[in-house]
Amino acid sequence: MSEVASRISVAVNGTAHHAEVEPRLLLVHFLREVLSLTGTHIGCDTTNCGACTVLMDGRPVKSCTIFAVQADGREVMTVEGLARDGQLHPIQEGFHEQHGLQCGFCTPGMMMTGYALLQRTPNPSEAEIRWAISGNLCRCTGYVNIVEAIKHAAEKMRSAPAPAGGRS
Amino acid sequence: MATQAHGMGHAVKRKEDARFIRGKGTYIDDIKLPGMLYLDIVRSPYAHARIKAIHSEKAVAIPGVLAVITGKDLDKYGLAWMPTLMSDRQMVLPIDTVLYQSQEVAAVLATERYIAADGVAAVEVEYEPLPVVVDPRKALEPGAPILRQDREHKSNHIWHWEVGDKAAADTAFREAAVKVKQDIYIPRIHVSSIETCGCIARWEPVEGKLTLWMTTQAPHAIRTVVALVAGHLGLAEHKIRVIAPDIGGGFGGKVPVYPGYVLAVAASVLTGKPVKWIEDRMENMQADSFARDYHITAELAAQKDGTLTALRVKTIADHGAFDAAANPSKFPAGLFSICTGSYDFKSAFAEVDGVYTNKPPGGIAYRCSFRVTEASYMIERMADIVAHELGMDPAEFRLKNFIPPEAFPYQSPLGWTYDSGNYQAALRKAMEKIGYADLRREQAEKRKRGELMGIGISSFTEIVGAGPSHTFDILGLKMFDSAEIRIHPTGKVVARFGTKSQGQGHETTYAQIIAHELGIPEDDIVVEEGDTDTAPYGLGTYASRSTPVAGAAGAMAARKIRDKARKIAAHLLEAHEDDLAWERGKFYVKGSPDRAKTIQEIAFAAYTNHPQGLEAGLEAVSYYDPPNLTFPFGSYICVVDIDNGTGEVKIRRFVAVDDCGNIINPMIVEGQIHGGLTMGLAPALYEEITYDEDGNIRGGSFMDYLLPTAVETPRWETDKTTTPSPHHPLGAKGVGESATVGAPAAIANAVIDALWHLGVRHLDIPITPWKVWKVLRERGVTE
Ligand code: FES
Ligand code: FES
Repeated sequence: MSEVASRISVAVNGTAHHAEVEPRLLLVHFLREVLSLTGTHIGCDTTNCGACTVLMDGRPVKSCTIFAVQADGREVMTVEGLARDGQLHPIQEGFHEQHGLQCGFCTPGMMMTGYALLQRTPNPSEAEIRWAISGNLCRCTGYVNIVEAIKHAAEKMRSAPAPAGGRS
Repeated sequence: MATQAHGMGHAVKRKEDARFIRGKGTYIDDIKLPGMLYLDIVRSPYAHARIKAIHSEKAVAIPGVLAVITGKDLDKYGLAWMPTLMSDRQMVLPIDTVLYQSQEVAAVLATERYIAADGVAAVEVEYEPLPVVVDPRKALEPGAPILRQDREHKSNHIWHWEVGDKAAADTAFREAAVKVKQDIYIPRIHVSSIETCGCIARWEPVEGKLTLWMTTQAPHAIRTVVALVAGHLGLAEHKIRVIAPDIGGGFGGKVPVYPGYVLAVAASVLTGKPVKWIEDRMENMQADSFARDYHITAELAAQKDGTLTALRVKTIADHGAFDAAANPSKFPAGLFSICTGSYDFKSAFAEVDGVYTNKPPGGIAYRCSFRVTEASYMIERMADIVAHELGMDPAEFRLKNFIPPEAFPYQSPLGWTYDSGNYQAALRKAMEKIGYADLRREQAEKRKRGELMGIGISSFTEIVGAGPSHTFDILGLKMFDSAEIRIHPTGKVVARFGTKSQGQGHETTYAQIIAHELGIPEDDIVVEEGDTDTAPYGLGTYASRSTPVAGAAGAMAARKIRDKARKIAAHLLEAHEDDLAWERGKFYVKGSPDRAKTIQEIAFAAYTNHPQGLEAGLEAVSYYDPPNLTFPFGSYICVVDIDNGTGEVKIRRFVAVDDCGNIINPMIVEGQIHGGLTMGLAPALYEEITYDEDGNIRGGSFMDYLLPTAVETPRWETDKTTTPSPHHPLGAKGVGESATVGAPAAIANAVIDALWHLGVRHLDIPITPWKVWKVLRERGVTE
């Protein structure tokens, strides 16, 4: 229980948001409940599943294990920020083309982790992909097609890099 | 935009992906209604205890906490208990006794999610611990504490079920030259879909209408259950609407009715406000229904040359504190009687006893059709043990004992009629693909060098698509399923089904079925499921029944539409119906193919220019009652290398050859197999829920219960043979669960194959490095 609220400002998908939040409010609930960005999911309470993965200042984090106040002054990117101007990001195309999703519940977290991997490693090996997503659980796909989806995106991004001023 | 009809057999990309890859799916917790309240649950720290008192004063003093609901409160409305699907009953909230750890004890209703959790923490409950029984064998011993004092029958024994010819099997065993007996425990596991369970109940007092958004695989059955349970409170079925939104994985765990759902409904009726209940992961893993927990003793009889003759199986089934499984009512042990598997036994006998223990309800499927995995795992382990004891190659042993292709339809000694199969072909294909003979040579060489390598086979037969109404019902509801197709004047289609996808891709595959039958492009077809106000009545999606039953209903409804379309086409073409021929998407006059009317033209005419004497419109509904079940099968081969220092099992290769009859969408089928294999790998090597003597759950979170990640999961290799089902309108059989059923035995057999020469005959799954290391140490292989 908390009477004190903290003022925070967070840039989410490029838009600044100012809000008063309880210090204990989790970032994932801030995104889902306060900003109504429900693409980021919750699958556990022990930081194991990765369904809640978002990028904070470009790095993948589990938003269930970060307080909203810790995101004060930072940039957050969620699944809703992947597509620009109605144009799907290659990682989204990859998941669709390679059948990298079934129920879709793990998918936003998987895509954000995959996106972050490709930012630092544009041409990852299969083992690098598997290790990168090893903090994201999927119960439906058996991962083979998720690996293919990320490879697909890697190829696409190498052949047509994001336009200047595009994705961070 | 593709405007072509693809139909069956095409890897059509999924329609449903569009919203999911944008983060625009609508799962239960994404729905928010104005004025919505939140419900959270107080749970028991004890596995068996009397509740002496519940103190809610501190909780209700928290601003925002509206009420604390207890079993005594519910009892006033006759809601403290609810019936299960297995003619047992289950506590919604206990009046005086809890029967397992994490059981619901009280519910807190609050204006916000976090405040509800604060309220839960502030409720104080006084318990008096009672003696605990976690082992079902001990539960059956005289003097064991009786757990279900509410029942007239004062025993922990729930039911006995048996099938087969006992006398014939006993005789066969007396005469057999070779007999093998093995105890096999299949541990308790949990489906753990990545989305947990939850609901929003909205009671509108003025209309007397209840809308229930719910993570359910079977919305219609739920509606009927709610009407039956709460009818005395004025809830009538025509005013109950169940909506299953997007579901983040089900695998059987979203079939049962959990107390949280009932509490949300009760709280909404009480307050007149919408009430949301979302369980967290630990609640999901500690209190929702579990799978397996079978203590099996199996015996095989064979002749000296390896010909199998008889099977005897005795099983103790741990169902936890309430028999809340979701089997068809005539089958308390599910379809376990498929346990003769792919082999031609002369006689067989199986018996199962259901038992109460201080654990949450068990017996829910884990991506399999009612106990088929237990059956398949048992027979495939046993086949390997006999083969090894006789010194026969396990592949050769299977090829010798398979039901031959010419024997189909095959009558099994336990009463099933297998529709079609060619087991030899599937195994041979798998052997060829993996290079079986070379692997055996490699293994022999490695063994000389002291290296541990194993090859395991599993040639499983499934039984899915429940089921024919003469045998299959749940709560009396016959297990048909349904499809309704409406063709609009412009030729666009809305189709609704009685099932509910949880990731299987129905929006795409059902559209393909309709496209196949009517020649209307998939892009012009919208498939809807999960809303009981709009979809026709059906029993839902589980047990791989969507394609075999609802898929068939889709084809039948489309064929009804085609029959009517023929009449309209005859009218438009001024021809006799018999003179028309159908080519996908149009009728034409035989012999003059340019005198034709497309299905779109016919649809338009159905509303603008329909023939006299025929009703307007172009719609049809079908309730499909399958004449038989379907029997998908396959042969899996797994190669493992074992680290003889640490006992770690590494899967080097895994080849899966599946036969699910005719395929609607090969991409989706392969995806289902990948997922199923991973859920077969999981219990084989990693997952297990255990309890200590006091009934404390071990493994009740993702920290301790190890779902395979991308690192442990191998790159699955898949292939297929195609043996259509002779009775299904599309020749399809269903595939969602085959791999979960078939994979565990292949992996376990591979491990034992690697260790057999050391005198290891069986290890229970999950085969952890610890278990392997222990036997290696006992045998002096490692320090
Ligand atoms: S919700 Fe599971 S890691 Fe965040
Ligand atoms: S697609 Fe269902 S959990 Fe990954």
